[in-house]
Amino acid sequence: MEQDVLPRTAAPAPAARRTQLAQGVRDSFSAGLGIFPLGIALGLLIIQAGLPWWLAPALSLAAFAGSLELLLVGMMATVTPLAAVALTVLVVNFRHVFYAFSFPLHLVRHPVAKAYAVYAMIDEAYAVSASLREHERSAPRLLAMQIACETYWVGGGLVGVALGAALPAPVKGLEFALCALFTVLTLDAFRSRKELPSLVLAGASAAVALVVTPGMAMFTALLLFVGLLLARHAVSARRSVQGAASA
Amino acid sequence: MPSSSYLIAVLAIVFSITLALRAAPFAVLGRLRDSAIVQRLAVWMPVGILAILAVTALHGTITSDAHGAWYALLAVTVTIGVHLAFGRRTILSVCAGTAVYVVLLNSL
Repeated sequence: MEQDVLPRTAAPAPAARRTQLAQGVRDSFSAGLGIFPLGIALGLLIIQAGLPWWLAPALSLAAFAGSLELLLVGMMATVTPLAAVALTVLVVNFRHVFYAFSFPLHLVRHPVAKAYAVYAMIDEAYAVSASLREHERSAPRLLAMQIACETYWVGGGLVGVALGAALPAPVKGLEFALCALFTVLTLDAFRSRKELPSLVLAGASAAVALVVTPGMAMFTALLLFVGLLLARHAVSARRSVQGAASA
Repeated sequence: MPSSSYLIAVLAIVFSITLALRAAPFAVLGRLRDSAIVQRLAVWMPVGILAILAVTALHGTITSDAHGAWYALLAVTVTIGVHLAFGRRTILSVCAGTAVYVVLLNSL
């Protein structure tokens, strides 16, 4: 466990806060490289599906969850029953349940800011904050990053809508930035050999999920991973009890 | 074209379920914060969840453009290489990897 070296003050000085806000915006740039093009793709998709343009910002504000929104456009265009929509949302976004374990919400004091931080807890926000060390984190930094990400996402959607079908062939593959970002953040979160068991268990979960349920690999992989971590906890708890008994 | 009331109903469903999934665990965890299992999971989870996000994002990229599978693997290698070689500058690494993928996918 890392301890803060400096005593934590109740309210940071204005200069410190400005630095933290700037750090948060800087954190958001790499995520924005993936989020903004994906937003454009969403806007284009909405126009191509014959849906009204206002759906791009409305959906981005209501859901604020990239992969789900791309999925929903197709479902809405074919007027999928609401129960099926609800089930899809539940399955696709179920992973957010696990983010709470290590998302630094305790740093955010103000109730409105707290509510926003939870609402805006997207994959990228979780990933960026999870790769920071405890002493690097702060509420202004976290919130600035989240607000910037939402701006990229809604802005990208509006740009996509504006471009409409006018673009003959938009540049393909920009969404790869998200894959690159998650790869880099995994490297940053892997700080010592202590992380190796988690990484191996996650790798095994992902491999099994991709083979067994390729259509919903992330959902299955996260469930398996959490199951394996619970098993690991049970094993290490028993081992420490035995160690205490034999000592 | 679907009616506006249908679209608004979808928006309401999406908003409430997503927010509930994000908020509910915090309400439960608040009371469990001192339990050993929650503290362990908080330490163990991030690197694994990030790895799962990376693998499934790569899988998504490959399935959406199957002929770009090798480009994607090459781009991931470039991303990792740049990140380790040039002092872990996230934006530089992400840009380099993405540029490799986009250039290969659109020009070959």
